[in-house]
Amino acid sequence: MSDVHTAVAGEHTRHHAHHFESAEAEFDACKQGMWIFLVTEVLMIGGLFVGYTLFRGMNHDAFHEAHKMLNVKLGATNTVVLITSSVTMLLGVTSAQRGQRSKSMKYLIMTFLLACCFLVVKYFEYSAKFHHGLLPGGNFTNEELTNPRSSLFFSFYFLMTGVHAFHVVVGMGLMAWLMKRTANKDFGPDYYTPVELVGFYWHFVDLVWIYLFPLLYLVG
Amino acid sequence: MTSGHTTAVAAHGDNYLNHSKGIKSWLFTLDHKRIGVMYLFTVLSFFLLGGIFALLIRLELWGPGRNIMDAGTYNKFFTYHGAIMVFLVVIPLIPAAMGNFFIPMMLGAKDVAFPRLNLASYYIFVIGAVFALCALFFRGADTGWTFYTPYSIRTSTTVILVVGGAFIAGFSSILTGLNMIVTIHKLRAPGLSWTRLPLFVWAIYATSIIQVLATPVLAITLVLLICERLFQIGIFDPKLGGDAVLFQHFFWFYSHPAVYIMILPAMGIISEVMPVFSRKPIFGYKAIAYASFGIALIAFIVWGHHMFVSGQSELANFVFSLLTMFVAIPTGVKVFSWVATMYKGSIRFNVPMLYALGFLELFTIGGLTGVFLGTLAIDVHLTATYFIVAHFHYVMVGGTMMAFLAGLHYWFPKMSGRMYPEKQAVWAFICIIIGFNLTFFPQFILGAEGMPRRYWAYLPEFTNLNRLSTIGSWFLAVGFGWTAVYLWKSMFKGPKASANPWEGNTLEWQTPSPPPFENFTETPIVTMWPYEYRASKNYPMTTPVQGSGKGVQ
Ligand SMILES: [Cu+2]
Repeated sequence: MSDVHTAVAGEHTRHHAHHFESAEAEFDACKQGMWIFLVTEVLMIGGLFVGYTLFRGMNHDAFHEAHKMLNVKLGATNTVVLITSSVTMLLGVTSAQRGQRSKSMKYLIMTFLLACCFLVVKYFEYSAKFHHGLLPGGNFTNEELTNPRSSLFFSFYFLMTGVHAFHVVVGMGLMAWLMKRTANKDFGPDYYTPVELVGFYWHFVDLVWIYLFPLLYLVG
Repeated sequence: MTSGHTTAVAAHGDNYLNHSKGIKSWLFTLDHKRIGVMYLFTVLSFFLLGGIFALLIRLELWGPGRNIMDAGTYNKFFTYHGAIMVFLVVIPLIPAAMGNFFIPMMLGAKDVAFPRLNLASYYIFVIGAVFALCALFFRGADTGWTFYTPYSIRTSTTVILVVGGAFIAGFSSILTGLNMIVTIHKLRAPGLSWTRLPLFVWAIYATSIIQVLATPVLAITLVLLICERLFQIGIFDPKLGGDAVLFQHFFWFYSHPAVYIMILPAMGIISEVMPVFSRKPIFGYKAIAYASFGIALIAFIVWGHHMFVSGQSELANFVFSLLTMFVAIPTGVKVFSWVATMYKGSIRFNVPMLYALGFLELFTIGGLTGVFLGTLAIDVHLTATYFIVAHFHYVMVGGTMMAFLAGLHYWFPKMSGRMYPEKQAVWAFICIIIGFNLTFFPQFILGAEGMPRRYWAYLPEFTNLNRLSTIGSWFLAVGFGWTAVYLWKSMFKGPKASANPWEGNTLEWQTPSPPPFENFTETPIVTMWPYEYRASKNYPMTTPVQGSGKGVQ
């Protein structure tokens, strides 16, 4: 509660950029920009989803056989981890909006740690795949899989989860930046645009995983 | 984003060029006008480079066999010419250079919505360009600008650098588009409703939508291609079970709409120039505005017309051919509207108008031959011949470059504060028009007679037409070079331009030339649509409304 007081303590009046009419107009513009950015992300990842769907249609047996090599338990764990991180992110944003700085900081750190957790699980999954010789291309040495096309499944698996993991890493960088700015007392009820926008981004990253998990691990 | 700038009223003589001094004040500027100027110079220097490759290609084609270079070098040169011109010149030319400078001004805004992102997108573009051009110092690239698989996977040239450069430059395009959309939504001056927006703004809006929606697909495609070369992931490689045609689908899903990234802003410039120099309101304002969106929409569903001979199903060919025809409708709406705008106007034949007329002629030829090519039966014969080369040069050079030159001469007084020499400009225009038609018209005939594109050698009976084309390329070089020289000179020494030399109505003309640091000394209040022109009088968008109220929407 003490947060609220420090946040409104006068010297922290928010200046908006000179070419906007008001701080609100600036906030609206930033939000719109973020939405458009997320649309571009959807289209970019959409290309991979389209490719996956086509190849799955063309090599159905190979994909079915190959997907059994994935560890559903680890995938499910990661799904839970990411959904939880979305919740903590949401709480972080709401507390930033209310000017509860230390609370917001706490939730940001939790989200960050959950993201780490996701990557650690991912690391174990990846190294297991490497170990089984499931890396696509010239390194595909696995002998359990009989269908020669099954390496294509792993091409998509590594690409899609790799692109997703890259987004997770970027998200962690953004959260670190938010923590630094929160520590600098940059945010309060009158200004929390970056927190809110990174929140959007993070929910998007989670959403992508929510599509990836059933597509790769469950349906095959 | 925190910025303590106070809106200083521009002191007399203070403008964006002399507001701050030194190279750093340019390199780190957040001023959309300066960023626009930096884009302009950067893009034009790539135009010079791409042009040199073009001249060398034409020189090699002077005679049927070897003339000045071997076949391998030739393959690299046309690849460079294509990749530079498409990714580094024609795509950013109008939206990034002209759009950056004039969209905020036409909106009555002080800047784009995200100035830092704007500067970042400029540097991303430069990094992408440097990346791509680095390949020149290694083994180059010889795939053509389309990077078709599986050849692009197997060639020993440094394809990754060029593809990576195009990938990076793509983000610059996305960010510029994003910035423009938000700017147009959020930073319009008071009174500037959507139906009062100048048509250039509408055009850039439609362009930005394509940039934002199509470019990410190219980005992922290029990533896949790079992964294919680095890790043999097999997605585009038939040897590993992949699908080489899928690359073409992905590539053209971007690259067909990209054609409209190139032409829509050009159409926007023409829509501005036509009424100003015809002294008549634009004909069909809403039709032109909506046609831009019609074109943008259709852009996304016609990509298959590039693959009529790539083993698509007959049904797909039929559907794509049919859909392609629909592009002609909104395009025709625009062309007829411009002609109708001139009808009974009091036309002033200044250089911008000459280029606009040049655009009309050349773009119409380019557009109509596009309908030929969209026709399935004809395309099968003309695919990968010089007919295609002629067609898209009529659209990209005859269309986009002509419109760019129209815009450049139209806005030159505003950007530099000085006038260009009219007489010299007319002669350079004549040189360019003659050179252009001489270069590319013979290529229609060559293509119809069956000369394949991208070939280093050709049959002896094609010699004369090829020589005409090569001679034409020299005229073009002289015309462009001359234009560069007189514009460069008049940038420093030309006679001072007034605020509104063409008696235009749009907001950029209602502020001094060159514009002050934050564009307007006070925020303009818009009361009019932009095209209220009469033979004797015109009504700027800020005309105070009297009781009677020239109640034009
Ligand atoms: Cu096309």
